[in-house]
Amino acid sequence: MFGKLTLSAIPYSNPIIMGAVAFMVICVVAVLGTITYLGKWKYLWTEWLTSVDHKKIGIMYLILAGIMLLRGFADALMMRLQQALAYGSNLGYLPPQHFDQVFSAHGTIMIFFMAMPFVIGLMNCILPLQLGARDVAFPLMNNLSFWLTAAGAVLVNISLAIGNFSRAGWLGFAPLSELHFSPSVGVDYWIWALQISGIGTTLTGVNFITTILKMRAPGMKLMRMPVFAWASLCTNVLIVAAFPILTVTLALLTMDRYLGTHFFTNALGGDPMMYINLIWIWGHPEVYILILPLFGVYSEIVPTLSGKRLFGYTSMVYATMGIALLSLIVWLHHFFTMGNGADVNTFFGITTMIIAVPTGVKIFNWLLTMYRGRVRFETPMLWTVGFLITFTIGGMSGVLLAEPPADFVLHNSLFLVAHFHNVIIGGVVFGVFAGLTYWFPKIFGFRLNERLGRWAFWCWFIGFYVAFMPLYALGLMGATRRMDHYDVAAWQPLFIVAACGAAIIFAGIIVQVVQVVVSIRQREQTRDLTGDPWNGRTLEWSVPSPAPAYNFARIPVVRDRDAFWDMKQRGVDLKASTFVPIHMPRNKAAGFIVAGCAFVTAFAMIWHIWWLAIAGLAGVLVTLIRHAFDDDREFHVDADEVRRLEALHGRVEARSL
Amino acid sequence: MNRPPASRFARFTRLLPLLPATLLLGGCHWALLDPKGPIGEAERTIILTAGGLMLLVVVPVIVLSILIPWRYRASNKQAEYRPEWSHSNKIEAVMWSIPIAIVAVLAVICWRTSHQLDPFRPIPSTQRPVHIEAVALNWKWLFIYPDQHVATVNEVAMPVGVPVVFHLTSATVMNSFFIPRLGSQIYAMANMQTAVNLVASLPGTYRGISANFNGDGFSGMTFKVKAMSRGDFNQWLAKAASAGQTLDASAYRALEKPSENVPVRYYSQVMPELFQQILEGEFAPGRLLAKTGTGTIRRD
Repeated sequence: MFGKLTLSAIPYSNPIIMGAVAFMVICVVAVLGTITYLGKWKYLWTEWLTSVDHKKIGIMYLILAGIMLLRGFADALMMRLQQALAYGSNLGYLPPQHFDQVFSAHGTIMIFFMAMPFVIGLMNCILPLQLGARDVAFPLMNNLSFWLTAAGAVLVNISLAIGNFSRAGWLGFAPLSELHFSPSVGVDYWIWALQISGIGTTLTGVNFITTILKMRAPGMKLMRMPVFAWASLCTNVLIVAAFPILTVTLALLTMDRYLGTHFFTNALGGDPMMYINLIWIWGHPEVYILILPLFGVYSEIVPTLSGKRLFGYTSMVYATMGIALLSLIVWLHHFFTMGNGADVNTFFGITTMIIAVPTGVKIFNWLLTMYRGRVRFETPMLWTVGFLITFTIGGMSGVLLAEPPADFVLHNSLFLVAHFHNVIIGGVVFGVFAGLTYWFPKIFGFRLNERLGRWAFWCWFIGFYVAFMPLYALGLMGATRRMDHYDVAAWQPLFIVAACGAAIIFAGIIVQVVQVVVSIRQREQTRDLTGDPWNGRTLEWSVPSPAPAYNFARIPVVRDRDAFWDMKQRGVDLKASTFVPIHMPRNKAAGFIVAGCAFVTAFAMIWHIWWLAIAGLAGVLVTLIRHAFDDDREFHVDADEVRRLEALHGRVEARSL
Repeated sequence: MNRPPASRFARFTRLLPLLPATLLLGGCHWALLDPKGPIGEAERTIILTAGGLMLLVVVPVIVLSILIPWRYRASNKQAEYRPEWSHSNKIEAVMWSIPIAIVAVLAVICWRTSHQLDPFRPIPSTQRPVHIEAVALNWKWLFIYPDQHVATVNEVAMPVGVPVVFHLTSATVMNSFFIPRLGSQIYAMANMQTAVNLVASLPGTYRGISANFNGDGFSGMTFKVKAMSRGDFNQWLAKAASAGQTLDASAYRALEKPSENVPVRYYSQVMPELFQQILEGEFAPGRLLAKTGTGTIRRD
């Protein structure tokens, strides 16, 4: 009846896991209880869970990413503590079986459920506003994408309480991830969480490509798009190019595990090397899917906070496209040591190094944008300068790793771990925080507390160096990654320093949580009444903060790259006197239900509860078919309602009131 | 084996004063920067050369990343302000050419060194190379000396100054055979044969590891590499040959069973073609069909 699922799947005997589970359950119960107490279920359902408004979906993505950041960081702290302790006769506090799950979960969560939702959340919140659009091209699909991502995140977290998580690393390398070597449900949790959220991400890619290509305001030619839109376009093209590869790779691994096929097994003609290739053919573009949008974010923040046009817009656009293209032909640099010939290694080594060219150009562009500008050192700028410094170092260690013979000794070492954290924290995470601080007033209508923001920045910045510079050193000492224990005395002091660094970053995260709470409490003082708190240059600043559901009462006409800056220069009046009804998509439950059914299917597949898997799949199909016959999908906001809403923000001409 | 928390803390505090000393004086701990063989030395040179070349740009960029925003900070009204200036062909040409120049140099280094240091490439020497077959097992390394007919677990000896060809395969998941002090690692994979050519130029005992995560026993899968004079090497072989144990099919099957932190063991006799049989999946579950999947990377 319940497949492999029995009560013994719950790890009662492990106090650390049960403590974490108890904490999770308490949090969930507290949230659900609060909603019930406030009587907000109906509001939550009609206004948020079923919302097709890109701004609300964006906020839900950001919340998901924030929570997953805390979860993934808890894993990071556990690993740092273990490695600080586990030298010689001291085995630390985590047995290998647990430690291996922790690092697998850390990587999976941080990439798929922290970084991706942050990036997609920012794109959701901002892109349509920047493009002068009323929503994304496929609003309901957007809602579905979010819920599929959330379903994947829930699966990963449920694995903590029921069963266990994968012990095969964040990429589940075969043959270790095959049934023979990983017989428990851990790898299945990993597969299904990624499969479901991956499909959500592919749909996001389709959605945003269409939005960017088809829904720009009149006059916004491609070469007038903000760089964030360009970066997002390249990212989404990469998503559509790369994510189906992940889907197929996972499907093949699923067949190996469920049907006894031999795509990636050791025996019967299976080829694990094929798995390593396939997963990285997706995996390498993936890291550019993460970083490119943030390059876009920096390209918005630097000009605005320097009071100056972006230097070398055309270079920037071509550099972004160049990076996107190159990212598809470098995957082999992840395994120079797999026995490829020197010619093959050289090809991939050189393509990898070439990526440093457009990336270097971008850095020069940002510096030259600040040059002869008026740089305001507000928090987004601090993150940006922190990024410029940190990312340059990460880029350097990356090019070093691209030399195959250097990689022969640095591969899989802690030097590598330091490198990718150097670019992901220094590039992606700093960029997300820069973007969040910058667009927070646009998204929520009030600013984040500046003082706490600075504290958070300095904790993260200093903490990063204290945590990861020792790992570079350890790599050069021959320390490899993923050790739950080691026998070299000289390493321990460096591991202890790294743990202190993680603690400093943790302090930064606590400050950020406090910052959000304090900012919400002080929201009346910091409310953004103008819609343009930074003296911005792009269209999102031309609408009130937060933007009304329909975004633009009338669609703007674009005449320049910095469209809103140009409007301000020309003295265009944002107030209107006449209003027209606005055509809007209706909120629908279909996305939530489909993702819910997909979740049930995945959970049932993990535990081999076949009848439930079929029921879940049927639920998906029935919901999709029902939705196809649902004609009540749109409505109009009448002109008077638009006038009323615009008047709230002082956007109606006095004589017409 | 866990110590109570108090003594754990005491240990931390005892170690703390050592910290700067380790960072500054611990030159001997930098395995990759203090290699004991020519392959490792060449790789160190590449790391230092490429690193140095890049520092030529990286240091100025970091300095500029601090100086430019500071010089043009909003409160500095003396600084020039040109809000519309956003393009200059000359500057952009320089901007593109600096990284192109550096990458061009690095690309040439990449081409040359990738070929010179190809792990499969035999090391030129007047000495006849020693062949060692290494098999990754869960979770230990088996070393077979095919010419000397001895085998060991988790310990490998090699004569100083003589090239050694390690022939690698795995009886389990992917592993990476790596002796940091000597240089180049390479994957050991089931049904596949890879090779790495190494040579030690100084006698000593070095650490060997599997550098690719392979499951629960990963951290304990280390081995000792003993580089010694030819005379000592012969003595070591003699010692191994007198161990008395024979590595036949049944002994191999027993050894193959998963075990962790395995102590060093010697075998005085090895069944012939054992490595070949492991490679061909003779011992794998479902072996008959497994054989059809055998592929070999053998490039001499």
